[in-house]
Amino acid sequence: MEAVKVQDVSVNDLPWKLQYSSERCTMCGSCVAACTFNAIEAVMERRSVTVSTGHQPDPSQRHLAIPVIKQRAAVANACVGCGMCEKVCPNNAIKPVRNPDSRINYLNRSGGATVKRGGRNNLGNNERTLDKIVVGRISQMTDPALDSERHTFDILAPFGRVLLPHELPLTSDGNELTLSGHTPPVNWIYPVIFSDMSIGALSTRAWEAVAIATAYLNEKHKLPVRMSSGEGGMPIKLLRSEYLKYMILQIASGHFGWNRIVQAMPHMQADPAGILIKIGQGAKPGDGGLLPAAKVSKPVQSIRGVPKADLLSPPNHQGLYSIEESVQKMFMSMNAAFKFRVPVAIKCAASATSVSVYNNLLRDPYKICGGFFLDGIQGGTGAANEVSLDHTGHPVVSKTRECYLAAVKQGRQGQIPLWAGGGLGLTGNAAADAFKMICLGANGIFLGKILIQLCGCVGNELGRCNACNTGNCPAGICTQNPRLVKRLDIDKAAQNIVDYMLALDSELKKLMAPVGNSSLPVGRSDALVTTDRAIADKLAIQYVC
Amino acid sequence: MCRIGAIKSKVAFHPSLALHLMLPQQEGHDNSGFAMVMQDLEGVFANYKDKPLLSMACTQKGAALVEHFMETNNFTPVYEWIPRGVRQPGLDIKAMPYYIFRAYDYPEYYRTATPEAKAELLLDTRLALRVLLENEDQGYVYSFWPDVLTLKEIGDPRDIAVYFKLWDNTGELMAKNIVVQCRQNTNYEIVRYAAHPFFLQGYTLCANGENTFYTKNKEYQKPLHRGYIGFESDSQNFLYTLHYVLNVLKWPIKYYKHVITPLPFDEIAKRPDHRELTAIRQSLGHLEINGPNTIIAMLPDGRMVTCCDSKKLRPVVVGSDGTMIAISSEVCGLNQIMPGRNQEQDIYPNEREVVVITPDLEVERWKQ
Ligand code: SF4
Ligand code: SF4
Repeated sequence: MEAVKVQDVSVNDLPWKLQYSSERCTMCGSCVAACTFNAIEAVMERRSVTVSTGHQPDPSQRHLAIPVIKQRAAVANACVGCGMCEKVCPNNAIKPVRNPDSRINYLNRSGGATVKRGGRNNLGNNERTLDKIVVGRISQMTDPALDSERHTFDILAPFGRVLLPHELPLTSDGNELTLSGHTPPVNWIYPVIFSDMSIGALSTRAWEAVAIATAYLNEKHKLPVRMSSGEGGMPIKLLRSEYLKYMILQIASGHFGWNRIVQAMPHMQADPAGILIKIGQGAKPGDGGLLPAAKVSKPVQSIRGVPKADLLSPPNHQGLYSIEESVQKMFMSMNAAFKFRVPVAIKCAASATSVSVYNNLLRDPYKICGGFFLDGIQGGTGAANEVSLDHTGHPVVSKTRECYLAAVKQGRQGQIPLWAGGGLGLTGNAAADAFKMICLGANGIFLGKILIQLCGCVGNELGRCNACNTGNCPAGICTQNPRLVKRLDIDKAAQNIVDYMLALDSELKKLMAPVGNSSLPVGRSDALVTTDRAIADKLAIQYVC
Repeated sequence: MCRIGAIKSKVAFHPSLALHLMLPQQEGHDNSGFAMVMQDLEGVFANYKDKPLLSMACTQKGAALVEHFMETNNFTPVYEWIPRGVRQPGLDIKAMPYYIFRAYDYPEYYRTATPEAKAELLLDTRLALRVLLENEDQGYVYSFWPDVLTLKEIGDPRDIAVYFKLWDNTGELMAKNIVVQCRQNTNYEIVRYAAHPFFLQGYTLCANGENTFYTKNKEYQKPLHRGYIGFESDSQNFLYTLHYVLNVLKWPIKYYKHVITPLPFDEIAKRPDHRELTAIRQSLGHLEINGPNTIIAMLPDGRMVTCCDSKKLRPVVVGSDGTMIAISSEVCGLNQIMPGRNQEQDIYPNEREVVVITPDLEVERWKQ
């Protein structure tokens, strides 16, 4: 018998334990093949079997060596509870079960390194602020509801810098106004943007699925949804195609992929829908982006022009000193790159200081910033230090509201459109979240995680899977492993996203109808009520009971 | 839901006509108040057309406060008309002790000032008087403008008319334009300032219906102009936007409708002036007005304007007999005062239409 030390890892120390029944198992091997984490293996076990085969009871005991499926007792191969084994097992012989006695927090820091994890945090386990808000103003006789099925709605949000009326270069001849001179570009788009998840963070195929869904929604359903590329660029073919008009190109602090974008510019047939400069993100605030080497595949290498290595984006834009300077940077990039035809927005992590940043941008004399993307805690794919995910970040709801009210104070609401994201759609009801955020002052929202869930991601806020950083995504979404990527059915994934967005669109109308609005109710905080007094006070909405 | 109306005539008429226009629509209001703004006055004020006319309701102390203030600010009273109310029992009216309509001469150093400077002075004076009276709870000041008289009162419109002797055409109060409302006080506490029409620097506006974008309108309007105050009613927003578009931005009248009920984006895209309309829509998005509404407005030059919401959830009708044109929430009002008119020529403006009646009673109609 081998000596066992008390410090040795046992299955009972891991977050998930496999419930396995060798009687049902036919040793087909499907589960072992399906498990991307190598958490289970086929081993021989010595079993004693008692059998009686004659007419009279005549038990005899035999000792056999039989093959079984066994969970590995290793932190590196800890089961993540993804349930793929259960899904593929034809005999219901195996399934992961959450282990409440897990010692994983002690074990997986061995070696002195911080733990990385796919992007889900612990705030989502509580009831969310948005769920404690309901639409409380219901139109009745004097103020008719609009009947979402029969009325026409005008659901669009601005992406781009909006000027105050007296700043517009309008001249009047007493009867007509004529616009003479340049105004900053504004694109009116659907108030839900597909958030920046890069090729790299997502598999090329998952990214493609989102891109296909975007094009389909635009071309087939006339829903002008835009998708942000994420850092790292995109395929040359897309850059040179008409479909670029549905894309928002992201430039993040690593500037990955921009070489290619710049080189593609002379060949572009269409302008992109916008540029999004990522200053910060909600998922791992204080860290830059990190694409682990495991996910830097050949296509990723060629798109980004990098070797197979950990790709770290710095936490801030090197060479930028301040917000004022980043505004200048936008000015330059817009001017030089797209000749003032493409709006440029910035994305910051929601933070205690977001309002100061927003105020600063609102007062920028160049009037360049075309959108303020506030990214709250609860967003993210990819890799983040677990401690960051679980313990840093800022909820987005009150910050969006504060930014809006700060703009109201200056009489500049709507000038720099506010877009909010980070945990929106977490419960699967993105339309409700979007509507409430819009009433609180957002012009629109951006969604990320819900898209990968529509692609088939099985991760959740309770620690299931969340292994997007490992390159072993069992659903083929957050991995570049060619074998795993094939698991993703792109068409089905795209279809799910399209279907979801169509449902979201009708749900949005169903929310706009009772408050009697056919255009987006930006800032209509009077439509919302809450039974939570603290939320009522903080968000300046009605308290009801 | 309030009922609103307006009469514009080539010959001056008495407010009793406005009452006759409004009262048949009585099922549409709750008798909680009556208000009217008269412009282009005849009768007792005929000789003071260029003198700013102060309209107020106050206590004795309030009257003294105002007198003192006006004196210290070098306004000289030139004529006043103080209706003596009929205090008979059983009248549903919460009358103030005094109703003062007084014409003033401008302070000497303002007599040669530009019209703009005078307009600013009159606004500042009215705002100051309002604060003065409000702080001491001694009364209300409704308008201070040449050739404009405002009367607002809480109570049953019939009883208000009895109290002010508005049924008897004595020839004292006469005008060529009247905008009028019988109130239904749905959302607000019954305060005098909440009664339509609202008035600001020559712009008068009455609206019925609801403005579901009230909160965002108000948040946007408040810092735009010092005159945009009160917000006692959700339809005050209409007046401030009218004033902002015409007086502050100095845009042509047709853009008012484009601001309050902008065309949907896909319709804008089809228009030759799409660049202008898009710029206006995005820049003034917070002044958009959603919800069912009818608007009747009177401009400083005496033109009257009417339009309704973008879904025509609140209708309005315009009728004429040649010497008089009236606008009304309901056609029964027109039938009462102009039974002989050709009803087939009545205009029911559609959801995208604007109707403007010029001082010569010409009717201009156009689609937004
Ligand atoms: S649940 Fe997932 S990780 Fe765990 S054994 Fe099954 S397939 Fe492997
Ligand atoms: S299924 Fe893939 S994308 Fe979803 S949590 Fe697991 S690794 Fe991440």
